[in-house]
Amino acid sequence: MEDRSNETIAAISTALGGSGIGIVRVSGKEAFLIGDRVFESPRGKKKLSKQVSHTVHYGYIRDEGQTVDEVLVTVFRAPKSFTTEDTIEINCHGGIYATRRVLETVLKNGARPAEPGEFTKRAFLNGRIDLSQAESVADVIQAKNEYALQNSLSQLQGSLGHKITSLRERLLYHTAFIESALDDPEHYSLDGYPATLLSEMEEMSSVLNKMIASADNGRMIKEGIQTVILGKPNAGKSSLLNVLAGEDRAIVTDIAGTTRDTLEETISLGAINLNVIDTAGIRSTDDYIEQIGVSKAWEKAETADLILYVVDSSTSLDENDEEILKQLNGRSSIILLNKSDLQQVTTADDVQAYTGDSFPVIEISAKEQTGMDQFEQTLHDMFYHGTLSFNDEVYITSARQKSELIRARESLKKVCESISLGMPEDFYTIDLMDSYIALGRIIGKEVGEDLVDEIFGRFCMGK
Amino acid sequence: MSLVEEYVDVVVVGAGHAGCEAALACARLGLHTVIFTVSVDSIALMPCNPNIGGSSKGHLVREVDALGGEMGKNIDKTFIQSKMLNQSKGPAVHSLRAQADKSDYTRSMRQVLEQTENLEIKQLEVTDLLVEDGKLTGIKTYSGSVFHCKAAVLCAGTYSKARCIYGDVSMYTGPNGLAAANHLTDSLRSLGIELRRFKTGTPARIAGPSIDYSKMEEQKGDEYVVPFSFTTDPESVQKEQVSCWLTYTNERTHEIIRENIDRSPLYSGKIQGTGPRYCPSIEDKVMKFPDKDRHQVFIEPEGIHTNEMYISGMSSSLPEDVQIAMYRSVPGLEQARLVKNAYAIEYDCVDARQLKLSLEFKQISGLFSAGQFNGSSGYEEAAAQGLIAGINAARKIQGKEPLILDRSEAYIGVLIDDLVTKENIEPYRMMTSRAEYRLLLRQDNADLRLTEKGYEIGLIEEERYQSFLKKREQIASEIQRVESTYVSDQPGVQSFLKRHGSTELKSSICLGELVRRPELSYEILSEIDTGRKPLPADVVEQVNISIKYKGYLDRQVRQVEQFKKLEKKGIPDNIDYDRISGLRLEAQQKLSKYRPSSIGQASRIAGVSPADISVLLVYLKNQ
Repeated sequence: MEDRSNETIAAISTALGGSGIGIVRVSGKEAFLIGDRVFESPRGKKKLSKQVSHTVHYGYIRDEGQTVDEVLVTVFRAPKSFTTEDTIEINCHGGIYATRRVLETVLKNGARPAEPGEFTKRAFLNGRIDLSQAESVADVIQAKNEYALQNSLSQLQGSLGHKITSLRERLLYHTAFIESALDDPEHYSLDGYPATLLSEMEEMSSVLNKMIASADNGRMIKEGIQTVILGKPNAGKSSLLNVLAGEDRAIVTDIAGTTRDTLEETISLGAINLNVIDTAGIRSTDDYIEQIGVSKAWEKAETADLILYVVDSSTSLDENDEEILKQLNGRSSIILLNKSDLQQVTTADDVQAYTGDSFPVIEISAKEQTGMDQFEQTLHDMFYHGTLSFNDEVYITSARQKSELIRARESLKKVCESISLGMPEDFYTIDLMDSYIALGRIIGKEVGEDLVDEIFGRFCMGK
Repeated sequence: MSLVEEYVDVVVVGAGHAGCEAALACARLGLHTVIFTVSVDSIALMPCNPNIGGSSKGHLVREVDALGGEMGKNIDKTFIQSKMLNQSKGPAVHSLRAQADKSDYTRSMRQVLEQTENLEIKQLEVTDLLVEDGKLTGIKTYSGSVFHCKAAVLCAGTYSKARCIYGDVSMYTGPNGLAAANHLTDSLRSLGIELRRFKTGTPARIAGPSIDYSKMEEQKGDEYVVPFSFTTDPESVQKEQVSCWLTYTNERTHEIIRENIDRSPLYSGKIQGTGPRYCPSIEDKVMKFPDKDRHQVFIEPEGIHTNEMYISGMSSSLPEDVQIAMYRSVPGLEQARLVKNAYAIEYDCVDARQLKLSLEFKQISGLFSAGQFNGSSGYEEAAAQGLIAGINAARKIQGKEPLILDRSEAYIGVLIDDLVTKENIEPYRMMTSRAEYRLLLRQDNADLRLTEKGYEIGLIEEERYQSFLKKREQIASEIQRVESTYVSDQPGVQSFLKRHGSTELKSSICLGELVRRPELSYEILSEIDTGRKPLPADVVEQVNISIKYKGYLDRQVRQVEQFKKLEKKGIPDNIDYDRISGLRLEAQQKLSKYRPSSIGQASRIAGVSPADISVLLVYLKNQ
């Protein structure tokens, strides 16, 4: 384990999504140096490292000649900052995407993503926080780590997690093979192996490149409130999504069960971003493809920040509804009585007979686009009263994932360099293991005795 | 009241590879030392493979030598074949391995012991440890005699309650038919020490004249032999060598094993001890790797005073009749006569997590433990621990701080840290992959890493130290010269580069940069390096490696700096983990039980997460 307390760290330190202004905080020895690298004043002459503490500076964050965002930067000189280290806080104006890009630019220029709770930890270790707070700090670190890990794991169930696991298996296999040959040169020969390894490395690098690119596209990193639309078939889920998204995204028909898979859409409602997932209608079904959609719907709902439950108010509630309403218990949810343009059979009272007043119930018509203002207002109220929130750690976790992916790729690059320079094989394994460790951090795996176990498990060693 | 009662400084229990190093270190540091053995004829016995060194083990021998230990010198005197392994790989994994004449090795070490001042040898079994108030005060022997001492080092090897097994045959003896030690571990258990049962094994020995070598491949030693010890004159080890031989098992061999596997005590459950995965019996290899249609078998001489041959790669605990059939199925062994049957051996050993990094028991002051008794395997691992335990027993008596080598300083550091920190479910073998900083921990620079420490401890004589200082100075100044010498693009240089397939110069360039080109080296460049003075071969080697691999070495140095920070953060002995909120329960339990000495060590305990470490750091800051 390394001591990383001397490194400069960065993270988005405001909850994303709220006001549209995000703050990127950079703390550590190189905070000003990094600030100088990324910040450009209107006349291009100002250096943050030359500025007085507690002053604010207007300018741009630039990345390789491109302007990333228009910002205000506050300079805090050690020890007069939260962490007592040199700190800059970059106020970004361009919304979530720009804030994320600013953080990435800062990371590219020498900072590393902060661990969960790390600003607080530094503040404490540097004596900034009162000693009586020590124990709660410890709890915070532990809790935040668990939260972040859980989050990264929940994000990584599915194909991405599988990809990382399989990359790790390949890395471990090759490392173990080389190590076996080093430990037991009379049993295992490495003749011709570098060429094999080189092509493996190139292939694995391209897999990593794709993953990093997809992180850039935002397919991996999801900011905003994870929202799932649930409802029985033909309750109007897809129509609602279309109204929210303002385009015909999902296939809308009157035939129950048209939406087979899940669709995703990022929607801005005022200052709040919703990451909406439309799911196949929930009901007992024999149709195999639809079954997959249904189980996916529940899966998504498990991890969502917000559930929108759409009820067809022109029909009466049945046991399917009862079941679902029960499941909503304890979750942040809004119940939407759709099809208010038709004859109303189910009313808010009918719903609240099951749920009490745990959830707001709003009448809408997706078809006529009525009730949407009230829906938006409810959403805002919930968000600002804290009923509905999402943790910025989700994002930080993602940024960390991306930086680990990059680290893993850089290590593979070093392996390729060593191979093409004709370095002996024992030089490869250092970087192979670095790559393995970086990927392991994404899925929360410690290294431990992996390598030794792999050597003995795969290769027949010894006298 | 015992009839015989003596007062000494240090007692060493066992005279194997660990015991010899421990006793020599203590005696050489001026302490009155007694070494006990069940048989004086088996001092430094090699009951298994007839060689010293090998991948990463060779590193250990070099490190033992640099600290003033004996193993390297002894094998230099008694080897009959020597090889530098992995020569085609990087310098960090080059490793020396020498075949020993086993009887010469034993005899020679015994002489060294006998000739060492302050050292007494006794053939007696130690049965009891005398402890008062958590402090060791003496030992008692089977004869009833008592030796009061200030410190003791347990190097009981594989002798404790040992049992040798093959087929239905089970003998309550130590290795090679020697008497087992049946009381010591009971005494330890009564003192609250946790013990485990491990297992290892050895192949048959076959009479040389019954082997047909024409069906095997000859394995010769190196033409130029490199000695183990930094004090051995290389010229003195250039001598005639004997050969080893390579043959293979085949489908027939595997069939015999598979047909009789139910008669193997390993598979029938008769042996319960945990065996090492890296040194599997041939039945394990066949059963666990069914895809391999053959396994290598090396035939190695046990010495020049005997015709017995060691059948490396075919250790076994199958019944005698199966062994004979199985060995005879191997090409060249069709007429094999077995001198000694193969056997598995089970023995008591301690869970080394009860030891400090100094190898002293956490619970019993003055009691140290080393070698296979700590759950390691191999002569070299044993010697390394013996040396450290011996040094630290002596230093304890002399009121000095213990010698603790960390993972970035020596393979010895990795070995001991792994043993006392990690959970080892099988006998522990040193491997180069266990050393995170192996580019720095090379066998060629063991003297540069450790001689200074050996000198400070008092095991390196002045003359050796002075010549070491000179070597170190020569290396440093030559590296500096090469890195600051520039060569220009004159015709002589260009034609030289062309000849060696290297890109010609566009302008002048630092000599060091040329050394770093894959196709060139410090030695090759002597032709165009006009200012070079002649230097000894070992200096040249260091200069070349240091310059050529500079980029990689610098990276490791930076990693080590990171590593050191957490190693230096000590954890007080009296810390109460139950009072630290925020630690997960598993971490709390593990930390309370094993009581690591630093944050770095804590982070290597299985079950302690990075978050727990953060919590621990926060807590310590608070204190």
